[in-house]
Amino acid sequence: MRKRIESVNDFVIKFANVNGTGSASANNLFAKALFRMGLPVCPKNIFPSNIQGLPTWYEVRVSEKGYLGRRGGTDIVLSVNPQSMPQDIQDVESGGYFIYDNTKPLDLRLIRNDVNIIGIPLTRICNEQYQDHRQRQLFKNVIYVGALAALLNMDFKVLTNLVEDQFKGKEKLVLPNIHALELGHQWARANLECPIGIRVQTSDQVGNKILLDGNTALGLGAIYGGATVAAWYPITPSTSVVDAFEKYAKRVRIDPGTGRSNYAIVQAEDELSAIGMVIGASWNGARSFTATSGPGVSLMSEFLGLAYFAEIPTVLFNVQRAGPSTGMPTRTQQSDVLSSAYASHGDTKQVLLFPSTPKECFDFAALSFDLAERLQTPILVMTDLDLGMNDNMSAPLEWDDSRKYDRGKVVTAEELENGFDFGRYTDVDGDAICYRTYPGTHPSKGGFFTRGTSRDEKAVYTEKGEEYEENMLRLMRKWDTIKEYVPGPESFPCGRETHIGMLYYGTSEESSREAGDYLAMEDIHMDAMRVRSFPFNEEVRAFIESHKQVFVIEQNRDAQLRTLLMAEFEFGPDKLKSVLCFDGTPISARNISKQIKRHLKGGAVTPLHRNSVARGAGE
Amino acid sequence: MSYQIPKFRHPELPVNELGYTKADYEGSISTLCAGCGHDSISGAIVKACHELSIEPHKIAKMSGIGCSSKAPTYFLGKSHGFNSVHGRMPSVVTGASMANRNMLYLGVSGDGDTASIGMGQFAHVARRNLNMVYIVMNNGCYGLTKGQDSATTDEGSASKKGDPNVYSAIDLCGTALQMGATFVARSFSGDKGQLVPLIKAAITHRGFALIDVVSPCVTFNNNPGSTKSYEFVREHAEATGTVDFVPMRKEITTDYKPGYTHEVTMHDGSSLHLYKLDENLDPFSRRSAINTLEDHRDARSILTGLIYMDKDSQDLHDVLQTSQRPLNALEEGELCPGNNMLENINASLR
Repeated sequence: MRKRIESVNDFVIKFANVNGTGSASANNLFAKALFRMGLPVCPKNIFPSNIQGLPTWYEVRVSEKGYLGRRGGTDIVLSVNPQSMPQDIQDVESGGYFIYDNTKPLDLRLIRNDVNIIGIPLTRICNEQYQDHRQRQLFKNVIYVGALAALLNMDFKVLTNLVEDQFKGKEKLVLPNIHALELGHQWARANLECPIGIRVQTSDQVGNKILLDGNTALGLGAIYGGATVAAWYPITPSTSVVDAFEKYAKRVRIDPGTGRSNYAIVQAEDELSAIGMVIGASWNGARSFTATSGPGVSLMSEFLGLAYFAEIPTVLFNVQRAGPSTGMPTRTQQSDVLSSAYASHGDTKQVLLFPSTPKECFDFAALSFDLAERLQTPILVMTDLDLGMNDNMSAPLEWDDSRKYDRGKVVTAEELENGFDFGRYTDVDGDAICYRTYPGTHPSKGGFFTRGTSRDEKAVYTEKGEEYEENMLRLMRKWDTIKEYVPGPESFPCGRETHIGMLYYGTSEESSREAGDYLAMEDIHMDAMRVRSFPFNEEVRAFIESHKQVFVIEQNRDAQLRTLLMAEFEFGPDKLKSVLCFDGTPISARNISKQIKRHLKGGAVTPLHRNSVARGAGE
Repeated sequence: MSYQIPKFRHPELPVNELGYTKADYEGSISTLCAGCGHDSISGAIVKACHELSIEPHKIAKMSGIGCSSKAPTYFLGKSHGFNSVHGRMPSVVTGASMANRNMLYLGVSGDGDTASIGMGQFAHVARRNLNMVYIVMNNGCYGLTKGQDSATTDEGSASKKGDPNVYSAIDLCGTALQMGATFVARSFSGDKGQLVPLIKAAITHRGFALIDVVSPCVTFNNNPGSTKSYEFVREHAEATGTVDFVPMRKEITTDYKPGYTHEVTMHDGSSLHLYKLDENLDPFSRRSAINTLEDHRDARSILTGLIYMDKDSQDLHDVLQTSQRPLNALEEGELCPGNNMLENINASLR
């Protein structure tokens, strides 16, 4: 008898579709139905830089244990794209399931004896039911979701309720969609052995969690953080940040009396202009932000140096993608860490925040405006395509209604009138953060000239070396102050004596923690730390110092966070080992545990050649 | 270095409606070359702002990089200033204006800063009709890097270095018209009589107002053979007509010449009187303005004066329907929707 993967509430399914055929919403329906059955899900859209016609995949991981990262490997492939079929069938785990449209017979050369092959005549069913070409295409997706419901023993009622909820306000779409679900469901029940070895049952592992993409969370965070001016240039994968900001701004920021907007969104002609607008608005006392990705940060670098040097609050959301150059614009990476941390010419250091969940995207987005104004410097919130564009299971969003915005050190007209001795770059309080005024505050006091050239404490132009140097040293002292304000790391001690640690950030979190669990089962115990910001504070240093070896897990080729750690703390390269994935897909738990085991087997001292690390990447 | 102008003033200097003397609108002593056209333009800005009785601190003087962009230090010392990065002043002004619509944004740029590195931002700020005055101090060369040709150097014009320029010149007025600017004028730094009323009109105009001011570079581009020398411009300038700016509520006295052909009521109630000389130009028609510019280009003469004005201009705030109260004045209570709404959003995500 053929081997069959047997599992309940624990599997990975991958849908292989053609982009532009409406598959994303059907696949999303499938994932959300599982979520509503109380199962932790982790859907990931792997899509091309194209609008119509190229292969696209949608991976859904179900894990009752609550693992939300990529596991690696695929138990079920649902294939409706002949273009990618040869590779898709290869990707199925031995004993897994390959479900395909058998209206056309499967190419015999593709058949694998160790995989369970299940045919559903999707095209034939559609052709019999629908006359319209577009309907045939759209409902084919819904039909396979119905069939999957039967094969996996899903609660069919959850699916139909979900359709009713999703089409609220467009009721005439409800019945045709339910009909298509039933077509697939009934065909599978009548013709296939249901359920297969992999199945689901209702659980209670979701609690009050929500399913939300990070970009929407950033846009909402900007609303709650009081942003009024958004300036941006369209770029994947950040575009939906401003879309979300606009959607909610239209809902809550239009004055009911006048009909006028309490916000302004300007689509700029390029990223240079977008960041210039943010700097102009922030200089003038509004909370303002831009959203972009790696290529945009490259273009914005000159202005980021101005904002650093002239000390203008600036908020930038960097939704990272695979570079360099245009790279793989629809694939994920954490590869802008260095270009963002040291953005601009001259001696610059920029503040980075690394959220890892939608909730944290929301929190950090709102926080970034407080930080930017308090610290008078750019704040770059570093997410990535994986977090930004995929629905991620997350703790619900919360806002403390008693919270007040921190507008930082701003001198008012009254204070100036009462004799405040204003000097824009004078360190009055000893924390290296100086006072600023908004333009137009007072008729004769508090005015100053903002410039990217050197100046003295009163903002008067100077080319005196010692004044320039003193200012640059004050900026370094400010860097120390910043460490007290940015979110500190999260520490996860394993509870045992160990000399190994792992350190990760952003979207590498879930897979890293899961890999830690795998390794613990093999008696390899590691303490873990999640870094949430740059500059690093002393806790990060202490963590690294207290372990003989620390694995730095990240999604780029050059071990960029590791480079930052070595540069800022002067750790030697032997202490920090890299675990990397940079093929454009989110790093998986299996990949991480494999790389760590290889390092440990290879001996704790000898550094491994980069190539041997890279080979583990594609899993 | 910048030096303060001595504080001593004649005790009977005339004051404006706000009680300010012209000295209240001056800046530091210029460090530009003696005789630089830019200093005359700074003087015209000071005079226009003083005569219009604008609160100095309600003006933001914005610039990029270059000799022209240094100029804001030399006027309006009580105003906030922002010397940004090369060619990017328009974006900074756009953001600043979005944050606070109640200030006057006075952008100063040069021909390198506008027509080369900043061409994109110049085109787009004109297209968005941002409410600002954009003065180009146009000397047809890169002064601060010692006299290279710029994109506004006329074909065949030779700077002090001697080689005639082989490239076609960009006409900033023509470009601004094409891009949708709603106020376009050209002037000459040596003609304060023309420049001051033009600046006043530009300030009062609601929308993007360009004044391209030919401003000779005495050090690198004031030689025979240059089409941006004092001598050449004096000989070849042809005014569209003269403009008088009549402030609101001010009775027309003998100061204002009779016989104007157009009276334009500005946004704030003041008026512009146009005394038309060039009979081919209809300054309220973009097509006519473009044709007249081309005619003068063919004749190798420099058309100065008000070239185009859209009397019904809608600026970016009008288009975006932004709050009449400046966005930077909105309070937390008006901006943050509170936790209740988040609970509803959470419910929709389950």
